[in-house]
Amino acid sequence: MEKSKTNPNKDFYGKTLMGIEIFVRSLIEENVDVVFGCPGNAVLGIFDALLEISGIKIILARHEFGAVLSASGYARATGKPGVVVASSGPGASNLVTGIADANMDSVPLVIFTAQVPTKLIGNETFQEVDIVGITRPITKHNFLVTKIEELTSTIKSAFHIATTGRPGPVLVDLPRDILAEKFTFDYPEKVNLRGYNPIYSAHSGQIKRAAEIINNSLRPVIIAGGGVTISNAFGELRELARKINSPVATTLMGQGVYPEDDQLSLGMIGMHGTWYANNAVNESDCVIAIGSRLDERVTGDFNKFAPKAKKIHIDIDPSSISKNIKADVPIVGDVKDALKKLIPLVKNLNNEEWLSQIKKWKNEHPLKYKSTDKVSVPFVIEKLRDLTGANAVIVTDVGQFQMWTAQFFKFLYPRTHITSGGLGTMGFSLPASIGVAITVKDRPVISINGNRGFQINLQELATVTAYNLPIKILIFNDGHIDITRQWQELQWRKKFDEILIDSSCPDFIKIADAYGIQSFRVEMANEVEPTLKKALALKDKPVLIEFKTIYEENIFPYIPLGGSVSDIIEH
Amino acid sequence: MRHTISILVENKFGVLTRIAGLFSAKGYNIESISVGPTEDPSISRMTIVTNGDDDQIEQIIKHLNKLIDILKVVDLTNEPFVERELALIKVKVNPYTRGDVIEISDIFRAKVVDIGPTTLTVEVTGKSDKITAMINMLAPYGIVELARTGVVALKREFKGEVYTSKEIKLIKKKSRQKQVEDDEKG
Repeated sequence: MEKSKTNPNKDFYGKTLMGIEIFVRSLIEENVDVVFGCPGNAVLGIFDALLEISGIKIILARHEFGAVLSASGYARATGKPGVVVASSGPGASNLVTGIADANMDSVPLVIFTAQVPTKLIGNETFQEVDIVGITRPITKHNFLVTKIEELTSTIKSAFHIATTGRPGPVLVDLPRDILAEKFTFDYPEKVNLRGYNPIYSAHSGQIKRAAEIINNSLRPVIIAGGGVTISNAFGELRELARKINSPVATTLMGQGVYPEDDQLSLGMIGMHGTWYANNAVNESDCVIAIGSRLDERVTGDFNKFAPKAKKIHIDIDPSSISKNIKADVPIVGDVKDALKKLIPLVKNLNNEEWLSQIKKWKNEHPLKYKSTDKVSVPFVIEKLRDLTGANAVIVTDVGQFQMWTAQFFKFLYPRTHITSGGLGTMGFSLPASIGVAITVKDRPVISINGNRGFQINLQELATVTAYNLPIKILIFNDGHIDITRQWQELQWRKKFDEILIDSSCPDFIKIADAYGIQSFRVEMANEVEPTLKKALALKDKPVLIEFKTIYEENIFPYIPLGGSVSDIIEH
Repeated sequence: MRHTISILVENKFGVLTRIAGLFSAKGYNIESISVGPTEDPSISRMTIVTNGDDDQIEQIIKHLNKLIDILKVVDLTNEPFVERELALIKVKVNPYTRGDVIEISDIFRAKVVDIGPTTLTVEVTGKSDKITAMINMLAPYGIVELARTGVVALKREFKGEVYTSKEIKLIKKKSRQKQVEDDEKG
């Protein structure tokens, strides 16, 4: 932060302050505007100091799992780091799944946990866990602060590591005695991390090789992933696609980076991706993967993925390249930088034959679902899309409805599909939508849930009420665990059906009442549109809608686990 | 294939766990690991010997490079390097076999560092296979205890007097050619 007149810290440089105040002033230096957390004995002092010293907003969740997912939602919607404060012991260990989730999806989080005093560490002290040890494999990096002298430089490093290169969660463990010590406050201008130098600039020799392959291709396909969002390279992606007339498939994490109403769009690729996206990649002679890990859910059988194609792979994380799929031209660097260098070197291609082939496929194998006078999920998603014009932030939980949303919502704008892609964390949607609603004010925020996933974090309804967040909460209730049921049917021959019935599913309308949230229940197709309209019109308060959906519905297309395009199952 | 990887790391607590954790999380086996400070006290050098095919080693090196506390990773396998390991071997002896054990030690240029009525401890340094060979030679006498340090290694400074086997072949070929040419002229 500039040491200017408007800087709220300007009178405090060089002053001796309590560790706790140094902590809060460091957050001010990092321009933090909201902190998600849960109170607990060991962190009460931090919240107290936050309230007293800073204008930073505090969102208190009902569970640390909720708090970290809210921070994740905030970070995914804005690109800014989400900040979490949690207590020691169980407060810290409750964060674990949310941290792993952010790590898989490259979400920048800075998590502060309280720790027992340094002298008591390792003594099985009350509310002590080795959170640095627990989170080592699921964070980008983590720190235990052992000296007050290192507090500011550690916080600076944590924010730097979380937000640069391939972003990810960074945890800082703060022993209570360190925060009670006094030290001179000064915030470092630079980080001192000699082992950390992410490569932003793409190698021009590799770019030339990529351009040569693209210029000689007849059937190019672009696979755009979440890295395009992180790099804010939407314009460059569009420019490249239009210049070389290449169809664009997006991964689940990449949805929104390329408008799905564009004629070059292939929609989503992968296990539940469109028939034509998967087949285009299968027939392609040049696959350009941009900011994607090429996860197994995207590629299917690694050995059968894009067998005819030369593969160009652009990613800022060298270890994501040639991990699953061997790249012919690996390009390490920032997606935006790489595309900017690549665009002038590629020729204008017209690929007429290829595009007409794809058009034919789109007509022959469209996405479809059975129509019914009861409620089906894709029908609701299509209605929601029509009513919002795709100008809404959709926060999906994990399940069949997540895939239906990915297929039928036809995303147009970046950062409008917030979802747990890599870890597949059930219970993600409600808390994540809280983080989104804190910061997104110009679009409706819609949380899409299943009956089981919703129950994982339903305590966060209290947070929704407490801050009166106008989230529209949709619950699709088929009385089962839907996507697991589909796997059961298609792969495990319906053997253990009783495990998958949500027999003690609560009455969601009564739950909404209990939290003081207005609610609707929809059981027939003709009630869908009017109810959604009513809910969307209630702009300044939360609404919960329960859709009783038909149970025996499966989601297609479907490439069974470990299969390839030849195994694709359609309606 | 056996790879010797030399890593420079920040001399901080927890770094060894991060590296060991990375290997175990990916299911890669560490054959030996040795750690010690370098000429710069803030930096430690780790030498890891591991096994894997080219793709696995590429992934290991990429993941090591991702760790924040790692400063430099070099796979020494593909370049000339000096490799040494030290072992202390405590062998069971009696008045009749003591001489034999000392004779074997001499052949391996090992030193006797401790002697007792029924045992003899020798210290040996060299490449891992030399140490293994010596252990195999001593095994029939009965090895009571054994401690190996694991490999330490440094890149050779290549100044022309040290050649790889490929280069030696090339030099021999050239000199043969020259001889043939000289013969023709003569």
